[in-house]
Amino acid sequence: MDKKLFCLAAIFDKVDDITKAAKKVAESEYKFFDVHTPYPVHGLSQKMKLKPSTLGYIALILGLSGAALALLLMYYTKTLNYPQNIGGKPTFALPAFIPITFEVTVLLASVGTVLAMLFIYFKFPNNSHPLHGTEYMDKVSLDKFGLIIEAKDPQFDEFKVKEFLGSLNPEVIMPIYYDPEDLNFKAEIFHPKFMLLLGVVIVLTAGISYILLNKWKQIPPRNWMWEQPRLNVQSSSSFFSDGFGMRTPVPGTVSRGNFPYVYSGLPDTMAKNLINPVLMNEYHLKKGKEHYNTFCSPCHGYFGKGDSRLNNQFPNPPSLHSDKLRNWTDGQIYHVITVGQNIMPSYASQLEPIERWQIVNYIRALQRALNAREEDLNE
Amino acid sequence: MAVDYTQEAPVIEGNYSFRDISDIISKPMETIPDKKYFIALGISLSMFGVGILCWILTFVYGVGKWGNNVPVGWGFDITNFVFWIGIGHAGTLISAILFLFRQRWRTGIARFAEAMTIFAVINAALFPLFHVGRPWLGYWLFPYPNNYKLWVNFTSPLLWDVFAVSTYFIVSLIFWYIGLIPDFASLRERTKNKIKKVIYSIFSLGWRFSHRHWHNYEMIYLILAGFATPLVLSVHTIVSFDFAVSIIPGWHTTIFPPYFVAGAVFSGFAMVQNVLIFIRKIFNMEDIITIDTLEKMNKIIIVTGTMVGYAYGMEFFIAWYSGNPPEQFAFLNRAFGDYAWAYWIMVTCNVVFPQLFWIRKIRRNIIIMFIIGVIVNIGMWFERFVIVVTSLSRDFLPSSWDYFKPTLVDIGILLGSFGFFFTLIILFTKTLPVVSIAEVKAVLKQAQPSHHGEAQNG
Repeated sequence: MDKKLFCLAAIFDKVDDITKAAKKVAESEYKFFDVHTPYPVHGLSQKMKLKPSTLGYIALILGLSGAALALLLMYYTKTLNYPQNIGGKPTFALPAFIPITFEVTVLLASVGTVLAMLFIYFKFPNNSHPLHGTEYMDKVSLDKFGLIIEAKDPQFDEFKVKEFLGSLNPEVIMPIYYDPEDLNFKAEIFHPKFMLLLGVVIVLTAGISYILLNKWKQIPPRNWMWEQPRLNVQSSSSFFSDGFGMRTPVPGTVSRGNFPYVYSGLPDTMAKNLINPVLMNEYHLKKGKEHYNTFCSPCHGYFGKGDSRLNNQFPNPPSLHSDKLRNWTDGQIYHVITVGQNIMPSYASQLEPIERWQIVNYIRALQRALNAREEDLNE
Repeated sequence: MAVDYTQEAPVIEGNYSFRDISDIISKPMETIPDKKYFIALGISLSMFGVGILCWILTFVYGVGKWGNNVPVGWGFDITNFVFWIGIGHAGTLISAILFLFRQRWRTGIARFAEAMTIFAVINAALFPLFHVGRPWLGYWLFPYPNNYKLWVNFTSPLLWDVFAVSTYFIVSLIFWYIGLIPDFASLRERTKNKIKKVIYSIFSLGWRFSHRHWHNYEMIYLILAGFATPLVLSVHTIVSFDFAVSIIPGWHTTIFPPYFVAGAVFSGFAMVQNVLIFIRKIFNMEDIITIDTLEKMNKIIIVTGTMVGYAYGMEFFIAWYSGNPPEQFAFLNRAFGDYAWAYWIMVTCNVVFPQLFWIRKIRRNIIIMFIIGVIVNIGMWFERFVIVVTSLSRDFLPSSWDYFKPTLVDIGILLGSFGFFFTLIILFTKTLPVVSIAEVKAVLKQAQPSHHGEAQNG
């Protein structure tokens, strides 16, 4: 079988020989050459006519980005997103931001430049390079100096290159071939090993996300803060003789703010004469809009047209703009919010009485808005 | 003794070939450790075990297990934190600052000192993490979008510390790793063991000693050294801001940043010197880590020690000169108050003993320099103790004045931190090259081309 040639290599014993050889090969017509040394040899870059490294520019760009990133983050968080007064300092306290700006600059510049060098400049990791596993690599990693001319060079001619390398007085000249295994290697998506790796990655990612999102906050020690020697609702307690942790109200008393609704279980007309204690003003309308959008709009729609957002999971309620509803008193609407009607449940547990009245006001405003009278135009 | 200063002393003594260097440095990794190794590992692991036990007690029962209490809210934990961060500083100084100054004697000790930096910083970071009370919520120290819609306080020195220490750790780690890549590749070519070969191949990333790579590699080394130099100065400066930015008398001084940096280098060099004395003896590296190198380290110890001594004096001068009664009280209390014993231990260990290094014979005597190194580290630990505890124990409100006493858990954690540090070092000596193979080869006599185009006798 024909082996594919990667390069011709020459090995030198003395550092002076390799510098001389590097100079000669750089002056020759070959462009795809390289020198391998066990340690960096000074002055070899000039002999090889290498251009100065451009890593410094990458470090500069990354460092400036780091400084900008840090300053912008601190400006955004401390001035725009959540301004706090700390010791009377201004929200954009530049002197106090300097240390972190400096640290982030250094962090981004050094980490980024190293990654750029390894993965972009050197195209690492690369353990399947034809030079790996050869006698040549064994020698240049220890105490010899090597020079190669690659076969992909347009001027490459095996005989001529051999002659040229011979003229440099090397210790030995050797051809280096591609590893046939590497050449015939094809990346298969359905390779069992790859599929196994993929499976492991999927299981790990899914498992870790599941634990982080669902279980992380419940597992010790995260829950130590709320597992304290105190009484939790709906749990037993040996402190009281009846064994219940929760207490029942004292007979014949009403707890503050819990005045019972007298018309529950009765038809809406009974509540007709309830008086709306909430003024029709901007504050209450704003509050009413908030509560309406939270609790009512999912079924009744944002404008009370009965355009439910629940995609028929629930039957759509009738419009709030019907004549019937427009002619209801505030008390009747309040009654329906409090005790519910047909399929609509009671909202008494979610909304305080005043909040229900605010919603009533907002519904009134909606009704007025969709049935504007002539005189409204003048305002 | 006449010394010819016109000729630079060779960094590596003796006539070694490149192959010898590889053999000497790789030997610890290729031989099975002997009995002494396991005894040393056993001792450090036992100390580490005590530490783990005390950390677990702290984790479960909280920081109430420590001696910290009003008014001394910062006790052994912050003392240890500052101490270990300081130990780390020597490594970066050797690997970055001496690199920029072209001090070639650093090559023999840089790798080891960098490793010590990393271990010391890991060690140090544990203390503030547990000090916050709920270490499992330590990530709250970083700014990230969260459901509480809260951000960290970017104007607080404690947060600067979080950024400084984590940046320092990451940059030190990549600096160390970049230096290790060519050595991993050397080991990859050397080893006959298949498993080791896979491991070395992974970590060497496929390094192939190409000069086109060395060309960029040398540049990145320079860039990283350039970044690490201001970084290392900034880290202890920011650690000192934890104190200096507050208003406690004895803390609120502008001399703190340079004083802390000098102290950090001082204690760090003493620690590196102590450990290297063992390493060079055990692994027969006396010609690579030469007595000249140790002498130079001792010179840095005396320089920084004298700087620290100057700072002690200057603090007293400024306390008097400022005319500020609380400040004057704080310093008199340091020297003659309840903690006078700690103060005078600090002064003797840090200012008096290192002055012996003026004598050349002592600078070059292994046993005496080792003892002085130990004394320096005792002194530097007490320096942090004096700064943290004496200032806090006499705060502005005399009714709350109190005497800080460490608990057994405090002492166990201190012991454990040394155990942790030495365990990592002992494991490191047998798993990774303790001296940079490529760098040492580059400073051999026959390593660099003669500039007259003539072959040199190697």
